[in-house]
Amino acid sequence: MELTHADVAAFAQSWGLVYLFILFIGTVVYALWPSNKKKFNDAANLPLSED
Amino acid sequence: MIKHEIFEKNSIILVIGVLIVVSIGGLVEIAPLFYLESTIEKVKGMRPYSPLELAGRNIYIREGCYNCHSQMVRPLRDEVERYGHYSLAAESMYDHPFQWGSKRTGPDLARLGGKYSDEWHRAHMIDPRAVVPESVMPGYPFLADTELDYKYIADDLKANAIVGVPYTDEMIANAVIDVQAQVDPDSDYYDDFMARYPKAQVRDFDGNPEIISELDALTAYMQVLGTLVDFSVYNAEENYR
Amino acid sequence: MQTAAKPPVANDLMGWLTSGALALGAVIAIIVASKATTTPMMVHTFIMAAAFIAGIVGIMNLNMRLKAGHYDAPSPSGVHYNEGVVKAGVIASMFWGIAGFVAGLYIALELAFPALNFDLSFLNFGRLRPLHTSAVIFAFGGNVLIATSFYAVQRTCKTRLAGEVAPWFVFWGYQLFIVLAATGYLMGITQGKEYAEPEWYTDLWLTIVWVVYLLTFLATLWKRKEPHIYVANWFYLAFIVTIAMLHIVNNLSVPVSIYGAKSYSLFAGVQDALTQWWYGHNAVGFFLTAGFLAIMYYFVPKRAERPVYSYRLSIIHFWALIFLYIWAGPHHLHYTALPDWAQTLGMTFSIMLWMPSWGGMINGLMTLSGAWDKLRTDPVLRMLVVSVAFYGMSTFEGPLMSIKAVNSLSHYTDWTVGHVHSGALGWVGYVSFGALYCLVPWLWKRERLYSLKLVDLHFWVSTIGILLYITAMWVSGIMQGLMWRAYNELGFLENSFVETVEAMHPYYVIRAVGGLLFVLGAIIMAYNLWRTAKGDLAEPISVHSPAATPAE
Repeated sequence: MELTHADVAAFAQSWGLVYLFILFIGTVVYALWPSNKKKFNDAANLPLSED
Repeated sequence: MIKHEIFEKNSIILVIGVLIVVSIGGLVEIAPLFYLESTIEKVKGMRPYSPLELAGRNIYIREGCYNCHSQMVRPLRDEVERYGHYSLAAESMYDHPFQWGSKRTGPDLARLGGKYSDEWHRAHMIDPRAVVPESVMPGYPFLADTELDYKYIADDLKANAIVGVPYTDEMIANAVIDVQAQVDPDSDYYDDFMARYPKAQVRDFDGNPEIISELDALTAYMQVLGTLVDFSVYNAEENYR
Repeated sequence: MQTAAKPPVANDLMGWLTSGALALGAVIAIIVASKATTTPMMVHTFIMAAAFIAGIVGIMNLNMRLKAGHYDAPSPSGVHYNEGVVKAGVIASMFWGIAGFVAGLYIALELAFPALNFDLSFLNFGRLRPLHTSAVIFAFGGNVLIATSFYAVQRTCKTRLAGEVAPWFVFWGYQLFIVLAATGYLMGITQGKEYAEPEWYTDLWLTIVWVVYLLTFLATLWKRKEPHIYVANWFYLAFIVTIAMLHIVNNLSVPVSIYGAKSYSLFAGVQDALTQWWYGHNAVGFFLTAGFLAIMYYFVPKRAERPVYSYRLSIIHFWALIFLYIWAGPHHLHYTALPDWAQTLGMTFSIMLWMPSWGGMINGLMTLSGAWDKLRTDPVLRMLVVSVAFYGMSTFEGPLMSIKAVNSLSHYTDWTVGHVHSGALGWVGYVSFGALYCLVPWLWKRERLYSLKLVDLHFWVSTIGILLYITAMWVSGIMQGLMWRAYNELGFLENSFVETVEAMHPYYVIRAVGGLLFVLGAIIMAYNLWRTAKGDLAEPISVHSPAATPAE
């Protein structure tokens, strides 16, 4: 089967959406995961703890 | 120690994550365009630039004309009325690089060819305000006085051939002769040249037969812009993407 | 405190290897010079040869100084931070900043008064405009990013910058790139692709410098004494990695000869256009946004003396921004010969991009919650905060302009120029100025800036300049767009093109005045920083001081 513009464009458009969605959910879960809270608080204070 | 190693790896994981995220976006968007003939319409009349036109195009790039002039007529009513038929992808298929531009401090030049006489261009390039008093374009009087450097023009054709412009061995071998032939309607090479570059305009563009100037080259380029495609046989519906 | 001060050591092997590579480079440059097909190429190869030889001398000098014990004293906690290269970056930023702003002012005047082109090749607008854009983006912005990233990564990792030769190689190598690019434009060497004008050999050189930059940054992260990688470093890393990718792909080309400057882009027409604007838009996204957001995430909390408002939001901001940005490029190509689906995709992602951008803006602004009074007392913090506000404004305007209907009016007009400058002067300019105002007293170990009143003056002079600039461009841009599409009652186009050019004149004059004010502000700043570095103090400490100082 030969790949045409329409095929490649359709693939990009459909799987692109799935990819976008997974990435977004992943990021939000990572950012809001409760056990990450302390880690983030420590990191947030890094610029203030230097000499 | 082991714990520290994991963190060391984190920055690599971060780099890989960034690379994946940014490259997928680019790939998905750009890759399809490289697949398809349908990106470029089927049109009649496109040919590679003649050596003189190519040299002129390089002067156009050198002087940064693209900073103020676009070469892309959009399919909007006023633009089509002002400039002519909207631009087709095929019309820049041999443009390495493209010169669509992003700003119109001056007018669009995609269909400049044939709009003005050589004399007009000559006067305009030497002193734009002598022809168009309100113009803010810089003057380029030095172009008329500078001899065109075309010793190595065959190498330019060769490089273009490598990136996909269909220059034949014959075109490359005759590149220097073709530069001279295009500014001299009486030359013995006229027929050969016209066979290689159909619809090319042959004359002394800058009004000074003494030298082949940079203005000759630039004018040859300006006069061919947008004139190659035969719109009488172009079917817009067939080419809708 | 936890570790004894470990002084920096000269690495002879690295010194010899780098010197050897530079010597080889000098030999190649001289060979090419001897056979160069054009004079500009010969000039460039001589500049390169001279720079490489100077580099070898510099490396020998650096290693000798390290062995003789000439390096900065350790910080109170015992880290020997590499501050010399950051100082150099600060000076270079200020120098190139003023050069780039003046070039911008000059070309603005050329548009208002075209006689200023003087009919000379090297002074014409077409050659000077890339000089201006490259000077402000790559020379000024690039040096600010290199300097601040080298500072912030050391401090947030509590470790010295990796390598001794490498950071200096990055700094001087980058200056060589700037000189080659700038002199090239003046002599007519250009690829003719906006914001990617330098030719193939300059591109290759930048690639080498950039890889060393990435490795230096990564190696510093690897030897960090802190468990976490602070979010500013994420943004710096994304900026460095993505710019490397964009730069390489967009500059793929075939040189006509290795003895000449000219090359032909690997891509043509519509593919070249999309590659270029994928590059061009993401240069904005990753150079002028991600890089400078890193500055925001480090310097705003530092100056406000409180942690960033929400670290979680900053993580979402980071991933959403780098994900969405990469798709937005086609909005530069609306209504062109690019396929419709790609245009729509670009528009959709551009509009979505509004969300993370404003998330980032809110995060930056809210960092000041509970400390808003500092805006009144500390003009440096005010500059940083106003920069974030300008970021919010341009990231609202950008998605708006990417809507096809709006774009059909705004594209090709001065509206785009105004949009770019509200981002460039307001966001990139101010966040950089804020960072430089912070860095100079820190690096030169001064109690505070020479004069906060002068910072205040700089702020107001340049803010008026920016407002004049962007309002003039809004009016002229929208007016031009409307004039182009105006029809008279008989159904003919109302205006010839040159009538629209004529109508621009007053706005071009106003824009130049705005630019002049911005330049003046930068000169005031340079003076202030110079006096600060010298150790002078203009006014008694109690007048404006952000940190309360006990009375004497």
